[in-house]
Amino acid sequence: MSKQEHKTDRKKESGKKEEETGTGSKSAEKGKKIKEDLDKLMDKIDDVLEENAEEFVKNYVQKGGE
Amino acid sequence: MIKRILGTETEFGIATHNPEALDPVSTSLLLINNYPYLPSTRVLWDYEHENPLLDVRGFEIEGERERPGPDYNRLLNKVLANGGRLYVDGAHPEYSTPECTNPRDVLIYEKAGDRILSQCCEHASRIKEQDKIVLYRNNTDGKGNSYGYHENYLVDRTVPFESLMKHLIPFFVTRQIYAGSGKVGAENRMPPVSYQISQRADFFETVVDLNTMVKRPIINTRDEPHADAVKYRRLHVIVGDANMAEYSTYIKLGATAILLTLIEENWPLPELELEDPVRSIKEVSRDIDLKAPIRLSDGRKFTAIEVQRLYLEAAHRFFEKHELDQTTRDVLKKWEEVLDRLEEDPMQLSRQIDWVIKLKLIQSYMERKKCGWGDSRLAMMDLQYHDLRPEKGLYTALEKDQYVDRLTTDREIEQAEQNPPTDTRAYFRGSCLKKFPKEVYAASWSSILFDVGNTTIKKVPLMEPFRGTESLTRTLLESAQSIEEVLGHLSM
Repeated sequence: MSKQEHKTDRKKESGKKEEETGTGSKSAEKGKKIKEDLDKLMDKIDDVLEENAEEFVKNYVQKGGE
Repeated sequence: MIKRILGTETEFGIATHNPEALDPVSTSLLLINNYPYLPSTRVLWDYEHENPLLDVRGFEIEGERERPGPDYNRLLNKVLANGGRLYVDGAHPEYSTPECTNPRDVLIYEKAGDRILSQCCEHASRIKEQDKIVLYRNNTDGKGNSYGYHENYLVDRTVPFESLMKHLIPFFVTRQIYAGSGKVGAENRMPPVSYQISQRADFFETVVDLNTMVKRPIINTRDEPHADAVKYRRLHVIVGDANMAEYSTYIKLGATAILLTLIEENWPLPELELEDPVRSIKEVSRDIDLKAPIRLSDGRKFTAIEVQRLYLEAAHRFFEKHELDQTTRDVLKKWEEVLDRLEEDPMQLSRQIDWVIKLKLIQSYMERKKCGWGDSRLAMMDLQYHDLRPEKGLYTALEKDQYVDRLTTDREIEQAEQNPPTDTRAYFRGSCLKKFPKEVYAASWSSILFDVGNTTIKKVPLMEPFRGTESLTRTLLESAQSIEEVLGHLSM
């Protein structure tokens, strides 16, 4: 690669700390949102899960493959 | 990305709701024979160049080579318009992506494969409504039976297999921290655990071997390049999980391809001989805090994150001195970000990395239901995370409601169902099938055979996967009125 590209790359790296803090707080926010959203999903999950989970899982037997 | 041919094979778990239903082999056959969008149902799979019994260590083991008769061949094999292959392997439906040149394309073609299989399910279930077929993109039934997800990378034949092995072992043992699909419990007589990172780790019993079905090895020595064997070897990687999360697939393929380039270029890499790789792969899988040390033969200890970082740093040093294209830059960036997050707190990756997404989902459910790890609904959630049905799949539900991050678009995936990649021989295979469906007699990775009438079959070898591309063959294929004309130009 050309020297110039290389320099831009390094510049990016030095600016990374800031970026990271930025994403850090954003991901904390996102994390909170996920928690709330997942609560909603949890309400639905029993409707989606196969009935007789225990039986279903027990009966799920595969032949080895590959 | 440094140009490299890569692609994957996925075997799907298969179940029906009716215990009186067909056996899994017949169900798998029923499935693939109900895909409605094949250019031709007459195409045979050409087994001539196939020999999975050849070992890179220079010998061939005894065994029966697969050579089904024409009718059964057609039942077992479907050559797809996108250049990929849909088939039945043992008792599972299986999909191979067409040959691609970068990890993002493979990801898109994997997702296109899920779409193809979902459509098979839909159409097959119409015939036998009571036997609704369910497919899982996972690797285990939780009872000690595993089915595979295999990655394929063409590498320079002149690279000694020993140097591939030396670096790939520590890399494969540790890459599960971003490439694991997560699993409730343990199996194959391995130490019990509530939750582990990898679906497959429990099944690896040896370091190097030709086997894929029993005593599975971390490094598989199958020597079947499906290409010019003087120039290439195909690294057949059996140690990975099938992923649902796009980030997991993308970084897994991208980081592995980058490491292969460093090995091919003989670039200085960390010397990390693990004391006991088979034990370590299971220990890493059980270490969801990612803090446990892995012992090296020389007594040093590193965590899985540290091992991955050493390879990443070597890659950074390499690309300071070599041309860095956009895809490689992107893989390096995401690989690094994921390692940073894993080090801080893995749970930050609950939108990107499979084992974390699944763990978060299960933990939220446990909290809500006030239940413990022994609850049978958790094993159901584990399985159903991989369910391909839009109304039942838990990953699919997360994706639909945007709880997970994506790297592809629905449009790209839809396109990839019927269109081959443009930059490999898959373009020629897929395009010939679409333009001359009646004339294509048979195909394989390294050949395509045409029926030109008068009981004459003409074979076009495709031993160089970088040829047969759009730029080399599109004009010819578009202008040709007949297959004879195409063959004439290829000087057949």
